[in-house]
Amino acid sequence: MKFQQGAAQIWDPSHECLSREAMQALQLKRLQQAVQRVYANVPHYRQAFDRAGVKPEDLQSLADLQRFPFTVKEDMRVNYPYGLFAAPMKDVIRVHSSSGTTGKPTVVGYTRRDIEDWAGLVARFMSAAGVTEDDVVHIAFGYGLFTGAFGLHYGGEQIGATIIPMSGGNTDKQIMILKDYGATVLVCTPSYALTLADRMEKMGIDPRSLPLRVGLFGGEPWSEEMRREVEERLDIVATDNYGLSEIVGPGVAGECLCKKGMHLFEDHFYPEIIDPDSGEVLPPGEKGELVLTNIVQEAIPLIRYRTRDITRLHYEPCDCGRSLVRMDKTMGRSDDMLIIKGVNVFPTQIEEVLFQVEGCEPHYQLIVDREGSRDTLEVQVEVNENIFFDEMKKQRAFVDLVEKRLASTIGLHAKVKLVEPASMPRHEGKANRVIDRRKL
Amino acid sequence: MKVAQISIFIENKTGRLAEVSRVLGDAGVNIRALSLADTSDFGILRLIVDQTDKAKEVLKKEGFTVSKTEVIAVEVPDRPKGLYSILDILDKGKVNVEYMYAFVERCGENAVIIFRFDDVDAAIKVLTENSVQVLPGDRIYGI
Repeated sequence: MKFQQGAAQIWDPSHECLSREAMQALQLKRLQQAVQRVYANVPHYRQAFDRAGVKPEDLQSLADLQRFPFTVKEDMRVNYPYGLFAAPMKDVIRVHSSSGTTGKPTVVGYTRRDIEDWAGLVARFMSAAGVTEDDVVHIAFGYGLFTGAFGLHYGGEQIGATIIPMSGGNTDKQIMILKDYGATVLVCTPSYALTLADRMEKMGIDPRSLPLRVGLFGGEPWSEEMRREVEERLDIVATDNYGLSEIVGPGVAGECLCKKGMHLFEDHFYPEIIDPDSGEVLPPGEKGELVLTNIVQEAIPLIRYRTRDITRLHYEPCDCGRSLVRMDKTMGRSDDMLIIKGVNVFPTQIEEVLFQVEGCEPHYQLIVDREGSRDTLEVQVEVNENIFFDEMKKQRAFVDLVEKRLASTIGLHAKVKLVEPASMPRHEGKANRVIDRRKL
Repeated sequence: MKVAQISIFIENKTGRLAEVSRVLGDAGVNIRALSLADTSDFGILRLIVDQTDKAKEVLKKEGFTVSKTEVIAVEVPDRPKGLYSILDILDKGKVNVEYMYAFVERCGENAVIIFRFDDVDAAIKVLTENSVQVLPGDRIYGI
């Protein structure tokens, strides 16, 4: 009786159920406006379009978008912090950011209308998962510069649900509040949902006895096996959603109860799938890198942003009645970014910290694993004369220092392990820097 | 007055200590004294050998991280309170011991204690002022 699948509603049928022709007409109109706006207001895009020899008027069909240049994360770094904003700062009412590869985060902005749109987009997938105004939504994402918590918060409010802005950390307290406040919807990373279940079982609480009925999980890749485990252990329906801070945050795509891919809100985000090596657009249904153009946003409408996420798009209509294109769970990255406990980590960030403390080119390897439901990161560092101390106290202090610096740079705890020189493979490219033992 | 010691970084896995002693043995280097400080992940092996520079060279060639440090060797009577008498002097002289280890001389009546100090010269001063026998390096290398 906890499940009321019939309750799932289509939040915005006028946009979620358009015919393909109507959707494409809307996309083209919005795309044309977006490229005109960035060409007029963002020097980076004026230069990039000029270099590529394209003008906003050249966009006469959706296919013409292929002639326009990509935006990459590096562009955000070069234009840090506000260089890619297309709206004047007086209209920007919020910034968020994500971790960056070189110590500098990437910054995104929102106008008042952008925040309202964001709330509506999140409301779409929350509603698709069956969330209604009768629900109590426990948000265990961290509130702060990251977009996760706020997005779900606004979406839940839009629906009229009761929001518990719990934020991250302190698992025991999370459990007390989940139980006492009677949350029916849980928002967090899928691995944290399992951490909560583990902890509850240790405390002698049956996770299935809680009134929870829906889980909205995102922020990290997860498998169907993991979904079954979460659903079974917490006695909930677990749905996946997708977003990235550069493109609004959560609210780019989300599953309905059919669980046949995440409906991508393509009236706001025009998707393309490309070959990550050649940059060529691939035909529908092919696996490749997702490229998104933010065709509605006012503050920072990115054109052809390379998400680096590998997925597939399906255009056949879904049984739920939505005609929106569906994207598969992401199947990896076209760069070396790792997602550990929902935190984006680039090996280069770690390399930079090691370079600073060692004062020379570091040799290191990252071991990512999952113990139970918790991701772990071990940074193995080859010892050299610069960082070898004859006194144990100093050697331990060095390890502590590196752990502290890493925690403050990447935002999560990594165990640092010193290893003998020449333990790591050499000359075999960057990929070997990372050993990911998780079965995702 | 100072004794040369080499320290070697050793990962906590099987065979590494054996490897160090093999490398030294192949080079004809003889170990005089040793101590090992370890954690679950790694250890620091400290050695006093008869040919310090050669030992350092061959170990480095085999890929070990090696550092050379100066320690002090002190002879103490091999009897109860022998160690205490030295530590008491150091304590009163406000000299901080980073670490220490000891061995008993062959056929001798005395024990030898190796000390690593933060401030080696201050330590030597305090010890000699209190008439403690600080052994020259050659005595130890040739034991």
